[in-house]
Amino acid sequence: MSSLRRRKPINESSDSKHNEEEEDEDHDDVDADGDDDVNGKNKKTPSKIKKKRGEKPPKQPKWSCMDTCCWFIGCICITWWLLLFLYNAMPASFPQYVTEAITGPLPDPPGVKLKKEGLEAKHPVVFVPGIVTGGLELWEGRECAEGLFRKRLWGGTFGEVYKRPLCWVEHMSLDNETGLDPCGIRVRPVSGLVAADYFAPGYFVWAVLIANLARIGYEDKTMYMAAYDWRLSFQNTEVRDQTLSRIKSNIELLVATNGGRKVVVIPHSMGVLYFLHFMKWVEAPAPMGGGGGPDWCSKHIKAVVNIGGPFLGVPKAIAGLFSAEAKDIAVARALAPGFLDNDIFQFQTLQHVMRMSRTWDSTMSMIPRGGNTIWGGLDWSPEEGNSCAKKGEKKNETQIADQAGSENAVCKAKSANYGRIISFGKDVAEAPSSDIERIDFRGAIKGHSAANTTCRDVWTEYHDMGFAGIKAVAEYKTYTADSLVDLLHFVAPKMMARGTAHFSYGVADNLDDPQYKHYKYWSNPLETRLPNAPDMEIYSLYGVGLPTERAYVYKLSPHAECSIPFKIDTSADDEDTCLRDGVYSVDGDETVPVLSAGFMCAKGWRGKTRFNPSGIRTYIREYNHLPPANLLEGRGTLSGAHVDIMGNFALIEDVIRIAAGASGEELGGDQVYSKIFNWSEKINLRLDEEIPVHSSR
Amino acid sequence: MASVLRFRKLCYVESAVKCTSVGYESFEIDEKLDEKEEDVLSANHFALEINKKRKQPKRQPKEWRCLDSCCWIIGYLCTTWWLLLFCYHCLPVTLLRVPELPGPGVRLKREGLTALHPVVLVPGIVTGGLELWEGRPCADGLFRKRLWGGGSFTQIFKRPLCLLEHLSLHYETGLDPQGIRVRAVPGLVGADYFAPGYFVWAVLIENLAKIGYEGKNLHMAAYDWRLSFQNTEQIRDHALTRLKSKIELMYISNGYKKVVAVPHSMGVIYFLHFLKWVETPPPMGGGGGPGWCAKHIKAVMNIGPAFLGVPKAVSNLFSAEGKDVSYIRAMAPGVFDSEILGLQTFERVMRMARTWDSIVSLLPKGGEVIWGNMDRSPEEGHVCDFSKKSHSKTSLTTNNINNSDVKRGFLVKDLANYGRIISFGKPASVLHSSKLPTADSKEFSRTSTSENFNNFSCGEAWTEYDEMSRQSIQNVAADKAYTTTTLLDLLRFVAPKMMRRAEAHFSHGIAENLDDPKYNHYKYWSNPLETKLSDAPDMEIYCMYGVGIPTERSYVYKLSPNSRCKSIPYQIDNSVHGEDGSCLKGGVYFADGDESVPVLSAGFMCAKGWRGRTRFNPSGIATYIREYRHKPPTSLMEGRGIESGSHVDIMGNFALIEDIMRVAAGATGDEIGGDQIHSDIIKMSERINLGL
Repeated sequence: MSSLRRRKPINESSDSKHNEEEEDEDHDDVDADGDDDVNGKNKKTPSKIKKKRGEKPPKQPKWSCMDTCCWFIGCICITWWLLLFLYNAMPASFPQYVTEAITGPLPDPPGVKLKKEGLEAKHPVVFVPGIVTGGLELWEGRECAEGLFRKRLWGGTFGEVYKRPLCWVEHMSLDNETGLDPCGIRVRPVSGLVAADYFAPGYFVWAVLIANLARIGYEDKTMYMAAYDWRLSFQNTEVRDQTLSRIKSNIELLVATNGGRKVVVIPHSMGVLYFLHFMKWVEAPAPMGGGGGPDWCSKHIKAVVNIGGPFLGVPKAIAGLFSAEAKDIAVARALAPGFLDNDIFQFQTLQHVMRMSRTWDSTMSMIPRGGNTIWGGLDWSPEEGNSCAKKGEKKNETQIADQAGSENAVCKAKSANYGRIISFGKDVAEAPSSDIERIDFRGAIKGHSAANTTCRDVWTEYHDMGFAGIKAVAEYKTYTADSLVDLLHFVAPKMMARGTAHFSYGVADNLDDPQYKHYKYWSNPLETRLPNAPDMEIYSLYGVGLPTERAYVYKLSPHAECSIPFKIDTSADDEDTCLRDGVYSVDGDETVPVLSAGFMCAKGWRGKTRFNPSGIRTYIREYNHLPPANLLEGRGTLSGAHVDIMGNFALIEDVIRIAAGASGEELGGDQVYSKIFNWSEKINLRLDEEIPVHSSR
Repeated sequence: MASVLRFRKLCYVESAVKCTSVGYESFEIDEKLDEKEEDVLSANHFALEINKKRKQPKRQPKEWRCLDSCCWIIGYLCTTWWLLLFCYHCLPVTLLRVPELPGPGVRLKREGLTALHPVVLVPGIVTGGLELWEGRPCADGLFRKRLWGGGSFTQIFKRPLCLLEHLSLHYETGLDPQGIRVRAVPGLVGADYFAPGYFVWAVLIENLAKIGYEGKNLHMAAYDWRLSFQNTEQIRDHALTRLKSKIELMYISNGYKKVVAVPHSMGVIYFLHFLKWVETPPPMGGGGGPGWCAKHIKAVMNIGPAFLGVPKAVSNLFSAEGKDVSYIRAMAPGVFDSEILGLQTFERVMRMARTWDSIVSLLPKGGEVIWGNMDRSPEEGHVCDFSKKSHSKTSLTTNNINNSDVKRGFLVKDLANYGRIISFGKPASVLHSSKLPTADSKEFSRTSTSENFNNFSCGEAWTEYDEMSRQSIQNVAADKAYTTTTLLDLLRFVAPKMMRRAEAHFSHGIAENLDDPKYNHYKYWSNPLETKLSDAPDMEIYCMYGVGIPTERSYVYKLSPNSRCKSIPYQIDNSVHGEDGSCLKGGVYFADGDESVPVLSAGFMCAKGWRGRTRFNPSGIATYIREYRHKPPTSLMEGRGIESGSHVDIMGNFALIEDIMRVAAGATGDEIGGDQIHSDIIKMSERINLGL
């Protein structure tokens, strides 16, 4: 109380005026307290008296709001520090005790378990991270990025995104014409295992796998993270950073320093395509290739263990390129309309994101490949008859199998046309193909848009299209995988011109055609042959049991000026046909549909085919998604989601076994939960080498 | 009324000790009833009020207690702090930035320099980061966390013993102990910062980046600096093979441009080892063939090179202390080896440091020929006026000049016998050699070791001192003074196991005949006096180091007063001071150097040993000496100084950075100005009588 008084002298003086009468009394009190003074407590007396006065009702608001706040914050701070101290003083294994006390003993992590079995580090391991998960750091930047030298722009905490968003967008973008660095900006991949062990603090990517491999004796000299700049097209990583050469040199070094044991390569997500590109590059003669000679792969690689590989692309990439949104964003937009593209705050987030991501060539490597042959036409698709009962009702399904069966039947009656990857309007997506009137957009004239001048400096190629062009796109009603590529050419000609120099999306008729020696075909499994390495093994490991985006229902955006003119029609829902929020989903790992991840290993490369002339053995290992049983498990040890699967114990165990020398058969061969074999059957792709005479050239 | 008040006060006093608020309020009720000042309130009202008060005690000012005040103050501070922090973050970044001096990188970029030769950085001892890959249960949760360098050393305070255990190597083999794997942190992060804010390579990297260097043409050759050099390759990490492969890759992928290597401190002799290793045929070497260096390496720019070792390593191995530590010990005796706390810091540190082979590589090389014998040393006549006068010298007054002149005259009389690298007692360091008992290595016999009583009472032996008897410990001290040659005998005597282990990897002599086939063994590769440089006439070797800082050169020791178990029996006699201006201070004789490496060790090879065509440099590789005079930072803003010459801070010296950048961008040694000498290195070298 006394301290409070001292802090408020003004208050006090005003009080004293009001209470002159009482003051007299107080004086008496002081005298009366004389005996106490003898005890040496006289100093407390006056304050005590004031204190007494403070109690009286008229002077009640001594304790102001400010003080209460301070007091409150102080309490919180102290508690927080105390907890922090306790946390720090706590032995590191404490959370585990708690977990075990609640849920019973945890299963050993696979590394520990397999070490007990006697497994030891054998083959060196190479990780190839996917898109987005690799860290990028700044080496040279504009003025606005001062002080960020060698700090992470991507990965890590992302603190800079909030502090200086526009600066960040500028530095993350590439040059729109060349797909390389803009002038004066150098953003480079982080190297080493730190590049992709954690994406953000606490959000692991490779860390769990690395930790488990370390248990059986792996360390820096036997592990290598093939970090690359995932924004660039694959060949450009070599042109700019000599990344492919570095990977080659490092693999050779790993093999040489580990007694000639071949490496096990573990690519994830887009890294799968990147490594496919690498395998072709390394055997191609210099200058376009690495000059490793035709048997480099068979000499240096034991197995390629693809995790969640989008061999044939992902439909998500289309939505990303077409309207800078995916399921999540579309839902967010539906919930809070206008927030992301709020004109008042001049956010225009999506436009900025689109402008940035369209400069990244790598996003174009994920456009669905193989056209209608793989992804289905207007009226058919390989996944036809997919049951949607799985979604959300998984537990029910296991309990009441009969009911699920009946639901299945319903679904078959009214199946989704997955082949129509983009349709404008739900009715179009469902109508029989004969009922759809389509006006070809390809010849349409793009009007010149006046919006271009009014829209500040935000730049997407939509602003060059004009209203006529946008209308023409919508008039075509529905797009299959084949016409999608044309659509993208139409709406973003510059980007696609850049992209098609590096990527190709077709199916090869004749693989001997010399045109397929060009590097743009190397990352397309349908237009390249696997290397001649009969002892090599190719695995495809991916999660199943999660709804995965497969086709979209679009609508024209209401405010067409200064913004992206198309958006996903989140109002389109249909229980029966897996349509939810404008997105048709199928089985997959939330990002990559089963078809894309599994087809090559299930059929395209199975046995000796024309894509796999040396008969490299392929194995499919699927992991059924189970959500984490409780919160303590974090992201789950049984997850099948695209990134979380890297923490799936079953997958890690498989990887460790392979690295320790096991072959595919020893692992148990194929492990399939989805209908990938059925679906592959439906795809009519010629696999034998003989070329029908009429179709050659 | 008065009585009530008194009563209340009593209660208050009590409540400070232990008085529940309930009791407090009940008295208050009495008081109020007595006073009858207030409106007449029914008993019910009172009851209600009391209840209210109990429910919301914080609202009542009279409840203001000590704890509340504390809370209030902390809350106040926190709020202010947050507010300030918020303001700080809201400010545009450019506003608060210290107007930094434009580094040489910016200037040279304007001059048009661009990245040409790939650059390999080789860190020295201690500065490289180490991380844990496998450990004991006490290191739970530290997987792939730094144990040493880089991030924070917080773990040292949290679990010091655990950390010491993990950083130690096996005493017999010099490799990992069972069940522990600690590895070097790879990549540039391995040694850019030693601790947060304490740069090592970061400034150089940043400046190199300005002219276009990046991951593909800049490589940090991180290695486990605790191991002997050959062990980093052969048994464990293949660090040398990786370095070779990396250099070859950079050579090819940067358009066949040769590499510029920039080793620092111990990295210098590590790289020397590498140069020999890479041309030696396998299995002992890397099998690069005799032309490898000529083909791949443009220049070796040694920063603060410890070519001939450092005396600091002697005191470190002998008694786990250096200049700084012995000062602290003098200031606060007993803190480090307080028995009550059971700390025994030194003993533990020594126990750990002696398992590191690499420290032995830093023992002075070349024996008495280089470092001087009992009565002469190459630095003879060195004037020690640098200690305090370096600041005032610039602002010179006649008075000052007179002073230093006087000192000069005086100092010539009071010569330091640098050659006696360890002497017991000040007299032993000053007297003429004829008056001293000669140190004869044959005297050292460990026959007396067996009659060791301490061992039983002290339990587990920590350092090899524990295995020595009191008698032999005193014998060592009785021998009075040791030169570099007899020092090795001394170390072999006090720590036979360590020296046996380490001397399989390092040698400290001078070769008589370099063609002797025994010099093909790897243990000679890191000693510049026992190897030939490779046949690479186009290569250049730079010795770049700071001068103008007193550097430890020799020590005055005494027997340690406490003869407790496990204690180190010797310590630097920090009570010994020379007369004002003498080079002797706190038991340490100082010479010119960069605070760690004396000029002699850093400069001799480039000044004489390799200059021109000598037997150590048969192909006549060009050598250049670049010395940088130490100037302390003029203001606080400069941090650790842009003109510093001290061993690690020199990595932020702009002149040095500029030299490196020019060479990396293609300049030759003559183009950057040839030799640049401030010290007496040439004179010193002339005094050394070494057959070339």
